[in-house]
Amino acid sequence: MASMNMVQAINSALDITMERDQNVLCLGEDVGYFGGVFRCTAGLQEKHGQHRVLDTPIAEAGIVAAAIGMGVNGLRPVAEIQFADYIYPAFDQIVSELARLRYRSSGEFYAPVTIRSPCGGGIRGGQTHSQSPEGIFTHVCGLKVVMPSNPYDAKGLLISAIEDDDPIIYFEPKRCYNGPFDGDPDKAAQSWNGHPKGEVPEVYYTIPIGEAAIVRPGSAVTVLTYGTMVHVAEAAIERSDIDAEQIDLRTLLPLDLEAVAESVQKTRRCVVVHEATRTGGYGAELVADVQEECFWHLEAPIQRVTGWDTPYPHAFEWDYFPGQDRIIAAMRCALEV
Amino acid sequence: MNRYPDDEQLLSIYRTMVTIREFEEAAGRMAEQAQIPGAVHLYAGQEAIAAGICTQLRQSDTITSNHRGHGHCIAKGGDVRLMFAELLGRASGYCRGKGGSMHIADLDIGILGANGIVGGGPPIAIGAAFAAQYNGSGGVSVCFSGDGSTNEGTWHEALNYAALFKLPAVFVVENNHYGEFTSQEGQGAISRLSNRAASYGILGVTVDGQDLLAVYDAAAEAIERARAGEGPTLLECDTYRFYNHTGRSERDPRPEEERAKWRERDPLKLLREKMEERSILSAEAADEITAEIQGQIEAAVAFAKEEPFPDPSELLTDVYS
Repeated sequence: MASMNMVQAINSALDITMERDQNVLCLGEDVGYFGGVFRCTAGLQEKHGQHRVLDTPIAEAGIVAAAIGMGVNGLRPVAEIQFADYIYPAFDQIVSELARLRYRSSGEFYAPVTIRSPCGGGIRGGQTHSQSPEGIFTHVCGLKVVMPSNPYDAKGLLISAIEDDDPIIYFEPKRCYNGPFDGDPDKAAQSWNGHPKGEVPEVYYTIPIGEAAIVRPGSAVTVLTYGTMVHVAEAAIERSDIDAEQIDLRTLLPLDLEAVAESVQKTRRCVVVHEATRTGGYGAELVADVQEECFWHLEAPIQRVTGWDTPYPHAFEWDYFPGQDRIIAAMRCALEV
Repeated sequence: MNRYPDDEQLLSIYRTMVTIREFEEAAGRMAEQAQIPGAVHLYAGQEAIAAGICTQLRQSDTITSNHRGHGHCIAKGGDVRLMFAELLGRASGYCRGKGGSMHIADLDIGILGANGIVGGGPPIAIGAAFAAQYNGSGGVSVCFSGDGSTNEGTWHEALNYAALFKLPAVFVVENNHYGEFTSQEGQGAISRLSNRAASYGILGVTVDGQDLLAVYDAAAEAIERARAGEGPTLLECDTYRFYNHTGRSERDPRPEEERAKWRERDPLKLLREKMEERSILSAEAADEITAEIQGQIEAAVAFAKEEPFPDPSELLTDVYS
């Protein structure tokens, strides 16, 4: 075991998979010589060669499209889109091509592409460096969508993603790269050092795609979270003295509905939390799934805590960011009835 | 026929360039001290381009800019007080604090916006050029983007459109030789980006972007051609940024000697020398200008710091009409 932050855990996963499988390669903007703007690919080009860690032009459609062509021809590319906010030029390639290859060829061919991309706010990045677009991709059948919340999961899930034969959008909540962020910007930054999930095996291991984790068992209300909001909700629950059961979904598509339903059927109440905007967001899907599976168990309407339905603002970062207070209020609301 | 600014214009351009430099030095310092939320992409080193081109534009002519947009905004007539206010997320900022450094815009003076997305601006510039053509306004649309943007599909789509419809547009490519942290040579197999004009059947020119007079001359011709309905020009300006991709101090992948070499080609220094040579500006007068502008920048920063933050209720406004 070693103490790793999320960047190091991701780097380790890439390194190990590249070592184990010569068909794995990395491509993206500044990933090679520079080692990635968040350092996730640092040292990989030096170690594995320029032919396996490719610096691409600033051309996101091209990055994804090239990865598709590689994937169809036996390679296992890991494409980095430097910020999730930059992914939209590649959207057509992802939706119209990548996600559909297997279906349209009746299973004859597919592209085992992993697209890594840092997402989320709380970093003063403004409208083009803070977005959480996961709900756009969970709407696309044929994709799998993953978002880890800590170093341990990040490594195990990334190795699984790379080895998976389906295309995977692997979002990295960048506010948690260096430590768990509990939503309080005035508090000194926490490090992963000393956090149980910052203890990461240096060796190969996997965490299955599609399995949620229980962050905290409880009986009063189920709080569904992923990404940065795992830590914000955890702190909110602690502060509130509510005996909430908190789940870290880890994989959004396919959703571990069994774990979710089991919890809600037990607690009979549910709060859904995400950073992304509200309308048509992934939370709406969660609410629909929960009511389908748990309608007769529910004691109260399911609550949603989300970002506001606006572009990500420069000036109102902490008014926008769903903080602990809003999560506590939502839990109380779910408990009132 | 070479086109040169007269002495008075030259002084005005020089002042603009000093203003951009001092703005960026101040913004860089403030970002380092975490006084500015988020990243700033500094334009220092490239001043001759924005200043030499925008001085020839009418207020109603439009520009699109990129993430490194402070210089374009200043040269197009932006108020440094309102720019600092925007950087600091204040209510009196150009976007009432909602945009920040990478999204400063002011339609009244033809700034259609800096842009946090590489390649986001060029196609918008086409729309602006189309509107000018449609309205018969004689307006020109200038698109500022970097070498990195010329690898985005949107840039190529924009050039093809502009060529096809003979739009009154000038595509200024500020080739500072690095797209973010990767060299231009590492991102494309050609180094003369103006050669790309040939693919679209338009005129492509490369000039020394550190030489104000060269930029001015080439831009004059491109703008004239656009106004005369002769179509777009691709104007590549060979340049260098004095600081790293973002801010001043983080990990800079560029070789030290390369940086030092370009520092020698400081566009401000070169212009100042030329003006002193021609007795347009004495060394004392130049120092006075710098001191005066430093004072203005200090005052602008002080102004911005005193401005109120927007009311949180504004978080939800202006999403829809």
